[in-house]
Parts: sequence; C-alpha cells; structure tokens
Amino acid sequence: MSDAAATSTPQSRDMKALEALYLTQVRQKRLYSGILLLLFVLLVATGFQTANARNAGGFLQGLPNILSFPTEVLSEAWANRANVPGLIVKFIPSLIETVNIAAVSTLIGALLAMVLALLSTRGLARWPRLTPLFRRLMDITRAIPEIVIALVLIFILGGGPVPAMIAIAMHTAGALGKLFSEAAENADLKPVEGLTSVGASWIQRMWLGIIPQVAPNWLSYALMRFEINIRASAILGFVGSGGIGYDLKIAMQWGAGKYDQVVAIFLILFLTIVVVDQISDRYRNRLVKGV
Amino acid sequence: MAVTETAQADLQATVTGLFARKRRVALAVPALILLYLVYIFFAFDLPGLANRARMDNAAILLSDFWSHKTHVTRDNRSGKVTVAIEGESKGTYPDGMLPSWVTQDGAVTRIDLGQGHSVVYEGGKAIYTDPAYGTITLEQGDRGIQITTPPGPLPPWISASDTRVDIKTDRGRLSMTRSKTETFYYEPGWELFFFTLDSPFYGKGPLELAAMAVSGPQVKPGVANVALMASEFWNNGMWHHKDVAWAIGETILMAFLGTVGGALIALPLAFLAASNMTPARAPRFAMRRIFDFVRGVDALIWTIVLARAFGPGPLTGALAILITDTGAFGKTFSEALENIDEKQVEGIRSTGANALQRARFGVIPQVTPVLLSQILYAFESNTRSATVIGAIVGGGIGLLLTQAIITQKDWEEVAYYMVLIVLMVIAMDTLSGWLRRRLIKGDAAGR
Repeated sequence: MSDAAATSTPQSRDMKALEALYLTQVRQKRLYSGILLLLFVLLVATGFQTANARNAGGFLQGLPNILSFPTEVLSEAWANRANVPGLIVKFIPSLIETVNIAAVSTLIGALLAMVLALLSTRGLARWPRLTPLFRRLMDITRAIPEIVIALVLIFILGGGPVPAMIAIAMHTAGALGKLFSEAAENADLKPVEGLTSVGASWIQRMWLGIIPQVAPNWLSYALMRFEINIRASAILGFVGSGGIGYDLKIAMQWGAGKYDQVVAIFLILFLTIVVVDQISDRYRNRLVKGV
Repeated sequence: MAVTETAQADLQATVTGLFARKRRVALAVPALILLYLVYIFFAFDLPGLANRARMDNAAILLSDFWSHKTHVTRDNRSGKVTVAIEGESKGTYPDGMLPSWVTQDGAVTRIDLGQGHSVVYEGGKAIYTDPAYGTITLEQGDRGIQITTPPGPLPPWISASDTRVDIKTDRGRLSMTRSKTETFYYEPGWELFFFTLDSPFYGKGPLELAAMAVSGPQVKPGVANVALMASEFWNNGMWHHKDVAWAIGETILMAFLGTVGGALIALPLAFLAASNMTPARAPRFAMRRIFDFVRGVDALIWTIVLARAFGPGPLTGALAILITDTGAFGKTFSEALENIDEKQVEGIRSTGANALQRARFGVIPQVTPVLLSQILYAFESNTRSATVIGAIVGGGIGLLLTQAIITQKDWEEVAYYMVLIVLMVIAMDTLSGWLRRRLIKGDAAGR
C-alpha cells in the first residue's frame, strides 16, 4: 500500500507534465492552423476582389442576370419546340464528327502513350539512358493545352476536324503516357525475365510480358480519357474547327431566332456526355474489379 | 483410366478452344482498329487535306518563331522613307536613327541585305542587285510598273504585273506597288524584346547594361538606372510584358478561385450524397443527380451561359470552373466519404458528440489527405483548362493567345505565349506535386 502511494506521486507528476506538454502542443497546432486558415481566406478574398475588378461585369450585378439568358433561350425554344426533334437529327452528323475526333485522338494518343510509357518506365525501358528524355517529352506534350496546337494547326491546315484531332491526340499521349507508365511500374517483372531467358526481343517481352498485365488498367485509363476528350473536342470545335462545337458557335452568334438550334445542340451534347460517362463507368468498374 | 482420358480430352478441347479464341481476338482487335482508321481517313477527308494545307503559312510561322523582319518602306506619293520593325508604329525608327544596314543620302536609300544582295531606292526607282542573277530595276511609268531584268525569261521568284512586282530571295523581299515600295529584311531573334527603340537602353549589350545598372550616371535624373530599366522593360510597347504578366496571373487566379470555390461548395453537399452520412434515400438520390447534371452539362455550356450574365473577364472563367468542379468534386468527395473507417466515428459518437462534431472530428481528419490530393490535382489540370476557358470568356493568357493567332502575323508573340503557358503549367504541376508530398505525408499511394 505504502509502496503504491510512493510510486503514484512521481507518476502523477509525469502525467501533469505530459498533460501540460500536450496542451501546449495542441495550442501551437491550433495557432498554426488558425494562421494558415486566415492566410487562405485572405488569399481567396483578395483573389476574388481582383478577378471581380478585372471582369467586365461585376459579380453582384451579374448574379440577378444569371438565369435571364437560359430563360430567354428556353422560352424561345419552347415556342418553337416542334422544330427541336428535326434539328437534333440535323445535328447528328456534327455530333458524330465530334465523337469521332475524340475517339481517333484517344486511339492514336493511347498508342503513342503505350510506346512512350514503356520507353520511360524504369526497368522496362529499351534504352534506360534515354528515359529522362521520354519523360520530359511527355511532360511537354501534356503541358501544351490543346487549344494552342489546334489554333496553330488551323492556320496551316485550314478548318475541319484534323487540327483538333492532332491537338487532342498529342495531349492524350502525354497525359496517358504518365498514367500508363505509373501502372507499368507496378507490373511484375518475372514474366519479362522468363521471356528474356528464352531470348525474346524487347518488343516480344513487352507485348507478351507486360501488356497482358497492365491491359485492364490501361484500358480503364483510356476510357476515362475518352470521356474527357469528348468534352475537349466539343470545346475545340467552339473555339476553332469542326464538329458540334462549331455549330453551337454559329447558332450562338446568330443570337435570338436560332435558340431552338442552341437547345437542340445542348441536348444532344448533354445526352452524349452522360451516356458515354455511364457506359465507360460501368465498363471500367468491370475492368478494374475483374468481374 | 477411361474417365481421366476423356477428362484430358475435354481439357485439351477447352484449352485449344481458348487459344483459338484468343488468337481470333488478337487478330480482330488490330483489324477493327485499322478498319476504323480507314473510315476516319475518308470521313475526315485526309486525301483532300494535302490540297488545303498551306505550306507557305507554315513557312511564315516557323520563320516568325525565331526571326523577325524589318520593313523599309518608301511612300511613292510623298517620297518619305520609313524603317519599321515588323511594320509596326511602335517599332518605327525615329528620324535620324537608322539600323546599320540602311544608309540614306538625300533621295537615295541603300539597303544592304548581306551576301552581296542590296536594294537601292532612287527617287521612284528601285534597284535590286542579286550577285548570281544580276540587277533588276523597277520604275514607275505611265503604264504601270516597268521592270528591267537581265535577258532571258523571268525566274520564278519574281512575279510581275503592271500594278505589282514582287521579288523574293532568301536574303529578303522587295515589292513595289503604285503607292509604295517596300523591302523586308530578316534577322534572327525576337526584336525589341527587352527595350523598344525609344528607350535609352536600346541596343546596349548585357555587360554594358550591367555596368550602367551598378554604377554610371543616371540616364533620367532622380531615378536609379535599375528602376528605370525595370520600368522600361515592364512597359515595353511591342511585347506588353505587363499585360502578359497580368494575363498569366489572371489564368492562375481563375484556376485557383474555381478549384477552391468548387471544393468549398462540394464538401457539405458531398455529405448529403454519401450513403453512410445520409441514410435517407431521397436527398442522396437528388444530390447525386444534381452532381451528374452539373458534370454532364460540361464546362463549355456553363462558360457560355455565365459569360452572358457576367460579361468577359477572369471572374466568369473562375465561376465556370467552379460550377464544373463542384460536380466533379461532389462525386469524388462523396466516394471518399463512403470509404472511411466507421470505427473512428463510432468512438466520437460514444462520447455523445452531435452530427457536426462527428463530422469534424471523426470524418474530416480521415478524408483530408484524399480530398487535398484531389483538389491539388484539379488545380493542376484547371490551370490548363483556364487557358481554354479564358479564350472563350475573354480573359487571361488564352485571350491574348487567340488574339495573337487571329491577327495571323505576330507569330513570335504566339511562340512567346506558348512558351509561357508551358512554363506556367509545368510550374503549377511542380508546385502541386511538392505541396502534395508536403501536406500528405504517408500517402501510401504516393500518386
């Protein structure tokens, strides 16, 4: 009993010291997060102020008008609602062009990305010394926004789907290349060693040893990219060349009187994006979970 | 024995069948891809592309990327000769100042194009000397422009009519119309990138500039040379460094405000859409459909709608990114919330905490690393999309870029903006990667 009492005093003293230490640490942490939060709020507030000041119309003046354009468009389209189904059919070819741009650029970009990824993955590279070169190449193609390449190519090649296709394919090659290479890094190297022992060439090693392992992941990434590329191809059409985006721009420039066209384009674009998202979501789940 | 044999035969049949199927797939997939590419080849009219392609435009573009031209123009009505870089008024040499390759003597102007090529303006006459071909004389006559060349047919690099003569060599270009005579002289490099012609620092070498900055008399009394240099550079009238810097800032600002705003709005909504946070089906279902709708409508359409309400500028771009990101974040955040470890929430609940406290102390600490990493990723990719959105709403570097491309002559500025955009994106990637590693220590995925 006395023994226990004798030992309890230093213990409780330890506890007290520990508690004090803990509390100071908590206080310090709260102070730091408080300062960080304050800085963050300040940054957002000043950023908003700057953006607001440099905008043509202010945020508060614009807020009441936010619904006026959609109402204008929708009311006119509602008045001419009989035209909309016909217009949807009329714009289907442009929609197919937009989807084709996305599909081809995803395909070509993914094929390029496969090569780039294998060439820039440690342990798999054909020329290990050149991996940094291929990595930088991917960084740069990823960094250039599609619109830059598309607009420059429109100047040289004229309008149409090809500039957009090349631009999106280049960006896709860089973006997918990075993801592909990360997936390939985690691949099991034993099949490669086995293939090396029977004298397989580099292409055979990759084709038979690595690709079957990473194919589900790569396909899933490529499908995700296809979703993104449909949006990109619509936007590029609006800024520059072919597809549904271009039709949208023309209809918008016309302004009132062609709002039924605008609504038709909005509708089919929305439906396409939702449907492709749903299909690719389901298929990707199946691929990754192996069901 | 017989049983195992039939089993073996079955197995063999299955395996052969599987192999055959695999072989068919291995052939069918490339064949389908090839077929699709052939269809695209004709659908996109690639054979016709060769005719439409403007290779001369490509040549202009490439040469403009790394070189610039100076126009020496004689107004044939007043007889006045002006020398202007890229023919721009801001690049015009002031009276009494000429580049070293132009000499003026009364009404005679000599332009030395190098390698023996030269152009002389003598009154209304222009004489081009090509060391290999000879002398070409152009003169304004009563019946249009008279051209005198060495005997023989005109070479293909001269095009001549009564109203216009064009001489193009690899050293430069001379053209004459009734109203003006013009010579283009090409030099490598981006002209006047640092200081314009009217600046006191124009034409000084880097060493000379450094010496002037450190010591040396003040060019403009009362202003330190370094400060003057900075302001001359900042206010450069040809390259507009100030506006470009602002544009880059606007683009990053759009991405920042859009990402942060989208995340702040999506976080509380994601609680409503997560099945373990909101047991009631109706609000969850509604919230998810709203997220789907917002994502499905697409940044392009949001941008157009918002641009009508708020006018052109960075705020509109930021709001467009904000709305799209709210949909994307809502989905990924609610997925992250559904994957949390319930034990920690149970522990907090056992102390009698209410829903808000459970969320704050049981949920948020668990999901913070995942959410931060997603936000930083979005910020990174939004810097890129802000360039495109800027081109649509009219703000930031995207606007400058599209404007420069639409004029179809300032390709050196296009090259400059392209380099800046790539640097900006790479810098943002690096920054967000660094922040991710700093903020999310022990993120096992390390993505």
